[in-house]
Amino acid sequence: MISSKQYLILLLGFLFVIPTGSLLADTAKSGYEFIKPSTRAMQDDEFENPGMLAVEQGMELFNIKQDGASKACSDCHGIDGLKMDTKSIARYPVYNEKKGEIVTLQKTISNCRNNIGSNPLPANHVDLVTLETFVRNRAFGEAVNVQTDGPVAELLNKGEKIYQTRFGLIDMSCSHCHALYPGQMIRGQKISQGQGNGFPAYRLDIGEMTNLHQRIQQCLTLMRAEPFASDSEEIHQLGLYLMSRSNGLKIETPAVRY
Amino acid sequence: MRMIIRIGIIIFLFVALVPVTAMSDDTDPLPEGYCNWEVVDYAIEAPLCGLGGDAQRGKKIVSDSHLGNCLACHQLPIPGIEAYGTIGPPLGGLASRMTEPQIRVRIVDTRNINPMSIMPGFYRDPRLINRPGKPYRGKTFLTAQQVEDVIAYLVTLK
Repeated sequence: MISSKQYLILLLGFLFVIPTGSLLADTAKSGYEFIKPSTRAMQDDEFENPGMLAVEQGMELFNIKQDGASKACSDCHGIDGLKMDTKSIARYPVYNEKKGEIVTLQKTISNCRNNIGSNPLPANHVDLVTLETFVRNRAFGEAVNVQTDGPVAELLNKGEKIYQTRFGLIDMSCSHCHALYPGQMIRGQKISQGQGNGFPAYRLDIGEMTNLHQRIQQCLTLMRAEPFASDSEEIHQLGLYLMSRSNGLKIETPAVRY
Repeated sequence: MRMIIRIGIIIFLFVALVPVTAMSDDTDPLPEGYCNWEVVDYAIEAPLCGLGGDAQRGKKIVSDSHLGNCLACHQLPIPGIEAYGTIGPPLGGLASRMTEPQIRVRIVDTRNINPMSIMPGFYRDPRLINRPGKPYRGKTFLTAQQVEDVIAYLVTLK
């Protein structure tokens, strides 16, 4: 039987080891740390990074008045969006207490477009992803800063539950790969922590700009699961949770990812 | 002091062994020809549906990314393959570490050994799969024949 002195030592050991261990394990690392050196070089070079094309196209959509609209985005937010508050951009997705819903950056852009009379577009329409890429890129280098307290805490719990749930024929949860095995190889690719700071990102695998919700859908499809619909609560809660895990990481949009 | 330790152990067990909730949708029918299997002493003794496996076919299945795709996570002694995964243990010499029935339970549904495992169950009861995509409803990852072929190949890895 353990003596009381040994018990005390054990107890102290646990008190010391557990918090230290979990602090080390929880250090957030950008997907940048996990991609191949050649992909990193591509992301870092403004001319080589295919995502910069979307930034430029988004800037055009932003500066030029679109069909049916009463004005251009730039009429309020400045030419090239220079009047936009980058700290606010870094807070997305945000929680709208009045409506009781999670609002993505794309949704805010979409609402804004509708308010000035542009043709409404469905979620993740290529123009919306392009605008989202441009706006998020304005906050390049800003630290992700998603709210985690107040009414958002409960939503984050829901998001984390989804993160821990197995889906599809391949029957893995997000956490299986992105919490337990980051740094390990899956075929020729290193598994990342699944951070959101680089999104919208240019995906080499499909050759397209992809925002975080689309990436979640693509991942679920890969798991041979039925992906969440773009307007579902689940994708908003999971997207919020994923981005909150990236709090403190610098925005890299447009990142280049596999 | 003993009481405290006992309570501590009970709390530890309670926290460590969080119950795994099965997400089953019993409305999906079992696929036609799905054979039941039984785990005894962490092993499945009988071949699925009584089928015999073919090691040559099994070797193709393990490396085909549309079939077993074992290489996504495991290293295997197959020359000419450049990219192996490092998530699961390397499978070289597997047959000298475990018996055929022990290999079978791990391919069929390794969660009978480790409920938290990342490894998919290749012949898991389809009704236990949460939110399967439309083309995969009511299906197993591999067919019983394919599972037996893979096992026939793996038992050659001594």
